[in-house]
Amino acid sequence: MKREYLQLDRIEGALIELSDTHDVGYGEVVEIENSEGNKKLGRVIKVEENSVVVQVFGSTTDISTKNTKVNFKGKPFEISLSKDILGRTFNGIGGPIDGMGEIYSKESYNVNGRPINPVAREYPRDYIQTGISSIDGLMTLIRGQKLPIFSGNGLPHNELAAQIVRQAKIKSKDGEKVKFGIIFAAMGVRHDEAHFFRETFRKSHVLDRVVMYINYADDPIMERIIAPRSALTAAEYLAFEENMHVLVIMTDITSYGEALREISSLREEVPSRRGYPGYLYSDLASLYERAGMLKDKVGSITLIPILTMPNDDITHPIPDLTGYITEGQIVLSRELYQKNIYPPINVLPSLSRLMKDGIGEGFTREDHPDVANQLFSSYSKVQEVRSLAQIIGEDDLPDRDKKYLEFGRQFEDKFVKQDFNENRDMEDTLNIGWELLSILPVEELDRLDSKLIEKYLKNR
Amino acid sequence: MTNIVGKVSMINGPVIRGVDMTGFKMREMVLVGEKKLIGEVISIDRDTGIIQVYEETEGLKKGEKIVSTGKPLSLKLGPGILGNMFDGIERPLKKINNDFGSFIPEGIGLISLDEEKTWEVNVLVDIGDFISEGEVYGSVEETSLITHKLIVPFGVKGKVVEAKESGKYSIEEELVVVEDKKGRIHSLKMYQEWSIRTPRPVKERLPIDRLLITGQRVLDIFFPIAKGGTAAIPGGFGTGKTMTQHQLAKWSDADIIVYIGCGERGNEMTEVLEDFPKLIDPKTNKPIMERTVLIANTSNMPVAAREASIYTGITIAEYFRDMGYHVAIMADSTSRWAEALREISGRLEEMPAEEGYPAYLPTRLAEFYERAGYVKNFNDTEGSVTIIGAVSPAGGDFSEPVTENTKRFVNVFLALDRELAYSRHYPSVNWLTSYSGYIEALKGFYNRELNEDVKELRAKMLRLLYEEARLKDLVLLVGEDVLPDEERLVLEISRIIKIGFLQQNAFHSEDTFVPLRKQIEMLKAIDHLYERTLGSVKMGIPISQIKDSKLFEDITKMKYTIPNNNLEGIDELNRQIDDFYNSLDEKYSK
Repeated sequence: MKREYLQLDRIEGALIELSDTHDVGYGEVVEIENSEGNKKLGRVIKVEENSVVVQVFGSTTDISTKNTKVNFKGKPFEISLSKDILGRTFNGIGGPIDGMGEIYSKESYNVNGRPINPVAREYPRDYIQTGISSIDGLMTLIRGQKLPIFSGNGLPHNELAAQIVRQAKIKSKDGEKVKFGIIFAAMGVRHDEAHFFRETFRKSHVLDRVVMYINYADDPIMERIIAPRSALTAAEYLAFEENMHVLVIMTDITSYGEALREISSLREEVPSRRGYPGYLYSDLASLYERAGMLKDKVGSITLIPILTMPNDDITHPIPDLTGYITEGQIVLSRELYQKNIYPPINVLPSLSRLMKDGIGEGFTREDHPDVANQLFSSYSKVQEVRSLAQIIGEDDLPDRDKKYLEFGRQFEDKFVKQDFNENRDMEDTLNIGWELLSILPVEELDRLDSKLIEKYLKNR
Repeated sequence: MTNIVGKVSMINGPVIRGVDMTGFKMREMVLVGEKKLIGEVISIDRDTGIIQVYEETEGLKKGEKIVSTGKPLSLKLGPGILGNMFDGIERPLKKINNDFGSFIPEGIGLISLDEEKTWEVNVLVDIGDFISEGEVYGSVEETSLITHKLIVPFGVKGKVVEAKESGKYSIEEELVVVEDKKGRIHSLKMYQEWSIRTPRPVKERLPIDRLLITGQRVLDIFFPIAKGGTAAIPGGFGTGKTMTQHQLAKWSDADIIVYIGCGERGNEMTEVLEDFPKLIDPKTNKPIMERTVLIANTSNMPVAAREASIYTGITIAEYFRDMGYHVAIMADSTSRWAEALREISGRLEEMPAEEGYPAYLPTRLAEFYERAGYVKNFNDTEGSVTIIGAVSPAGGDFSEPVTENTKRFVNVFLALDRELAYSRHYPSVNWLTSYSGYIEALKGFYNRELNEDVKELRAKMLRLLYEEARLKDLVLLVGEDVLPDEERLVLEISRIIKIGFLQQNAFHSEDTFVPLRKQIEMLKAIDHLYERTLGSVKMGIPISQIKDSKLFEDITKMKYTIPNNNLEGIDELNRQIDDFYNSLDEKYSK
């Protein structure tokens, strides 16, 4: 059922209101054409007794209450998908912006997707080697996981994401060559950021396997809300219909959350923490939870959202709620970055929840769980010793504590720090770990099994 | 009865308004629109009603029908619940997966227990028997672990006028017919229906004085949860709430576990589904899945059903309690439920109280936690419902409304600590801020079971830990070396308590579950070490001599090295302690 109206009641921000319509469906797509013939899309976000509120994708500039054609499409927001999307670039609502024409396909997909039945999920267990020691060793990325990067403005999160994309190696069980794809969803990014990613993809020769959904910082915020949904819909298509292993990079979730807040306030909703809407959690979950694997499908969606913590505050609602939904987090630290350590991963608050089932014997190496545990525990002890050293001075510390300081320095220098182009094998990472632990007195290694100490610890 | 039909007039996410709804009842279940979405009436004003819809409303149109069902949102309670996973309104997710594929569509309709499956029923009443509410009239071996007792629904009392022979039946078959005093006929099937928002009645509440044994040292000895009690586990993300809940679901000595994944991760529910059937209960040697019910409303499933999932879980728990079972319910996380309340409240444009939460949040929390208890049922059996709710405070800040209000209604507060989690001290229960209100009540239990004064020993160990916390502040200023030996000893012993006792490795086969006896023997050995080392310190022996790293390490690692079923090694350790300090003391006294 397609119907057209010519009269609007109200225009405010990105919302328009119409009255006396037919029985419109909730969530239906709307096409708006102004008097000059420019077309825009929108979506029904509220159906009232006598009126309908439509959220316009794009700006409402040049829309007038008169002589604007509003067309109800009678179906939800959908994008067309086929294998031809690989190598292409789209805007937030799935329109091509690379000048290479529309995607034609018989199949179109609702961008909101549907929740995966927990019964149908396959619990992710296979690790992805990123070649970055602190990630592989201490917060191992698992295929099908959602693992965000918590960063701050000016920190090298984009470089880190790019390095992961370039180096990610999936170990396939039966040795067959796995098909993989990369989806890049940018929400409110600067043009140079998008350019950086495109260049990185090009240099690592994966451009023909990348699909980009880009909403620039100066693009309409409504499209920012749809961009990650378009991207994830494409990811679901590639993973579950084309059997690909898809790595989705989304940046910047903070801009997304702010767009959501802006719309919420336009809609005059009751705000909760810091003005963000009460449904921020459910809304973020509706994105993040689309990652995963299915029992009866080969493909997988691994999701790496990037967010910049406003004022480096991890308790800000966006990182906070994200941390509650995602399966761990990689936290970047300004302090390490100032010490010239790249990647500046602060391992203590970082975590991979799925790591426990994807490492150790049969997956990585038998000593991996214990080594990771010991490194965490010893490095956290380093923090205590450092604060003591600040007060009484390093020279007055007992020998044991001096060794901790040495361990801390070398841990940051040899384990965490690595070159942007350095790709370390899992074996190397674990061996470096042992090398560092050998700095400490052996009785301090209380998380390690004595058999492992016997086997791996050198220069005892 | 004929169904009343109203019309949709407003749609705002999961909240819709209907007109022509005269005759609809408050809290009644309704079917909305062509897809027959399930909803519940939450307010009525003349002929308009507000409905919260438990499914995605996208595509719903103004003017579509709203059909009444005449009954409140209720559950079918009967065989087929155990070992299953349901959504927030008791729809079986396995069946939905088989019928509709990997993604959950809307408009599935009201399905719940399997109506085709037949069960071997043992009918326990004969024609002429007089039966009344709560009594057991039949039984079904639902799993190899649990006998499902068929109990007479509340409000039914009378003479049996028809009774089927024992045999195989499906749940829809009429098993027993009862005629009451007024001549009304009640037919009893294998299941009964119960409104999720009404607590099931009990004969009387009994005092709470038995430990829910969890096999987790920090809980069983330091912050015990009692059967029929209430506990909250607050903690920021990454502090191990879910891990702790999983451990409790796996190992606690309840007969039945109801696990509610409320607004949490899909993979966590999948993990439970994959792990539990493989895990063997040490007492019964049966897979623990056979005693487990899972309710899943993951964070991307409709928010209104999240609000209902908590009530669905507790109603199922009460139903098994009525059969005389001890049920423990894990709600992970109650904060998501509170947020669901907030979201719906916001869409109803209610006046918000703190942080946007509705003013009735404390009332709802109280109503939920008060459904726990140790009770005597109408059939004179004893049963209990223990509630363990995880709380996910925003920003890890325990002063936010959900944590604050929960604290008022629970007796055990297990504060999970970010600092401990960062140093991978799990379970990250902070011993300084956690508490249990059951210590006095459980004194008798410990005496009976262990013949030990657990309360006294616990208090002593906690005193050491408090002392350690105070000393740590000092050490940060001046370093450890300048402390007197007696205080340095406190630090050493506290370290053993923390690493050797409080830390527990969920992935270690010996350490994941520890019997009460071993727990207490371990703590006594640590205490023994403390007493002997303290004696030596008081003799003026320097701490460097007293701290024998081999002995200290053996004590710290006894959780791994001494098997749960053979505690002789602990006696041996105690002897080694005596030998070592006897000879040390002797050497110095010369």
